[in-house]
Amino acid sequence: MSKKVEKWLKTNTFHHGEFWDLLKLVKLKEEQGLKISLCIPTLNEEKTIGKEIVIFRSELMERYPLIDEFAVIDSGSEDKTREVAASFGADVYKASDILPEVGDKRGKGENLWKAIYQLKGDIIVYVDADIKNIHPRFVYGIVAPLIMNQTIKYCKAFYDRPITYSSGIRASGGGRVTEILIRPLFSLFFPELSSLIQPLSGEFAVRREVLEKIPFPIGYGVETAHILDVYREWGLEAFAQCDLDQRVHRNQATTALGKMSFGILQTFLNRMEAYGMIDKLPDMATLYRQFQAEGNHYELLKREIVEYERPPMMTIKAYRDKFHPDS
Amino acid sequence: MPDTINKILEAISPNREALRSVREILLANAMMIGEIPSPTNGETERITFLSNRFTEDELQNISIDEAGNGMAVLPGTVGERNILVCAHSDTVFDSNTDHAMRVTSDRISGPGISDNSLGLAAVATLPEILRRLDLQFKDNLVLLCATKSLGHGNLEGIRFFLKHYKQPIHAGICVEGVQLGRLSYSAIGMLRGVIKVSVPSEYDWTRFGASNAVAIMSSIVQEILRIPIPAEPKTKIIFGSMRAGTSFATNPTSAILRFEIRSEEVGMVGKLRSQIEDITEETANATNTDINLSVIAQRKTGGLPYGHPLIKAMRKILSELEIKPHVEPSVGELSEMIYKGIPSVTIGLTKGSHKNETNESIEIEPAFAGLSQLVALISAIDGGFCDE
Repeated sequence: MSKKVEKWLKTNTFHHGEFWDLLKLVKLKEEQGLKISLCIPTLNEEKTIGKEIVIFRSELMERYPLIDEFAVIDSGSEDKTREVAASFGADVYKASDILPEVGDKRGKGENLWKAIYQLKGDIIVYVDADIKNIHPRFVYGIVAPLIMNQTIKYCKAFYDRPITYSSGIRASGGGRVTEILIRPLFSLFFPELSSLIQPLSGEFAVRREVLEKIPFPIGYGVETAHILDVYREWGLEAFAQCDLDQRVHRNQATTALGKMSFGILQTFLNRMEAYGMIDKLPDMATLYRQFQAEGNHYELLKREIVEYERPPMMTIKAYRDKFHPDS
Repeated sequence: MPDTINKILEAISPNREALRSVREILLANAMMIGEIPSPTNGETERITFLSNRFTEDELQNISIDEAGNGMAVLPGTVGERNILVCAHSDTVFDSNTDHAMRVTSDRISGPGISDNSLGLAAVATLPEILRRLDLQFKDNLVLLCATKSLGHGNLEGIRFFLKHYKQPIHAGICVEGVQLGRLSYSAIGMLRGVIKVSVPSEYDWTRFGASNAVAIMSSIVQEILRIPIPAEPKTKIIFGSMRAGTSFATNPTSAILRFEIRSEEVGMVGKLRSQIEDITEETANATNTDINLSVIAQRKTGGLPYGHPLIKAMRKILSELEIKPHVEPSVGELSEMIYKGIPSVTIGLTKGSHKNETNESIEIEPAFAGLSQLVALISAIDGGFCDE
């Protein structure tokens, strides 16, 4: 398994710098007759949405026609998100207006799911609206692996999270929920998936043939569900991940992360049940997988963590002799 | 190309409307440029970005010179003359400032967006603008993103460029983000100086009349304020900043004053400098302290006459846009171009506020008039309507 993961890390982990030649990407896309749609799910994002739209439209539609269609799908913002987005020429939809016959649920996953119906692309790129340092790489970095390799069906973004380091080697990983919840769960039950550096990142590109076949939790569990379902159906080879350098966004409070973890855990346990794994738990893995990065090279760090349990002290004879000599 | 100035003026309004199609590219350029920190002497990354833009637009002679200036040439159909279109690339903000830009439906805000990310964006977007307007000029356009312009930079970038660029420059346009309607065609005489008062370590604080650095600097300021300043031609002395001391009750042993002299009168800056030097020397002797005056930057007075065809053309262009010209002398790149005898102007592209503050902002809508003005001015120079 380890060799497979290491090979995957080498062949399916990219850095956006590899895809600087946008003309080449556009040409490859056109040769394959691919159409690419970009979806930005929003809820009260008036501060950052305008910049995302201006930069994506300028760089990825007007200068280099990599994106064929660009939509903002909004969950009912109460600020000027929809007004700002429309003023810069984005197609703006309220999620509740798409497929009204199936009803309206509130959550990011709802917007992502309805985008499959609303948008026409063979590949849909999802980018969150809260990115402060937006740059075209946030789109071309994750769509390029799908254009260049037919086997890849789902590409995730990951980011450099600045941590003090020395000697050029730095710890590299996801956010707090990834490191505290997702990575331990994947390491235990789906060890290959622990090779995804940031499984919860909100930026990913997916082929329609995949999107139309997987269910969508509407809340916090959508990314986790995607990864588990795509992995089960198409295997690790269907995934790629791309380093997009730094992402500056608002930080969430620990209480918000608690809510997120609760939703993710529900999704995870639902999947375990659906896969018939609840009463047939596999042998627990004892290898915990983390990453360290040196430049653009990512190395999987494996640590043996065995949670050995001691018995109740009363079962130890020496203890009984000392404290309960008469028993 | 239009064969009369009137045809150029008639094209201004339709061009302004047509330029709306370039909105996203212009704004994206302005924001992407603005998000790259570019303090004076630290412009490398921003210039690299701009050079890449020039490369993507397939311009010629793309280069970064020894002073760090980025330049490229958009060749003309005849190519016998060169028009310099220039914007300075440095900002007053250090690299630690949050350079994130924010855009709403009608404005962009963020450090340096008006001074001078928008100006640079106009230069970087000019090839695309001309493509969309289907305009080709006879003259070459030399696009220059100048470094080391502000403060201590002392226009080192443009100075280096003008000294070493081999081709003669026929006319120059300096592009600033704000304010739309600005028309600068004269260089104001200027001197930026620093006065440093140092109290020697062996200073006798018990001596009658002993005074600390703050008090000494204050008396220097008082003396400078007593210098008679003529109202016409316009002259002023600006006290920009003063630093001294560390606490409430500790005698400060040093103080630094930064000031600027500006005058439209030839020779006045030198005269005032000499008077300030006299004040500092006299105060140093009287207080038994070390007082040093150093000059950081200097500009010579000069300019084009009001009736110069370039200025006439520019006034007609602004009038066509129904914008009242705001005439102000410049201490920027224009002064070096005028000093070199190149007929030049500085123009502004849009309206804005809080220049050089972190909440600096520009209005989007007036920028189309600003760009249309730039295109018309280049057309007028190219058409020979600005020649004496």
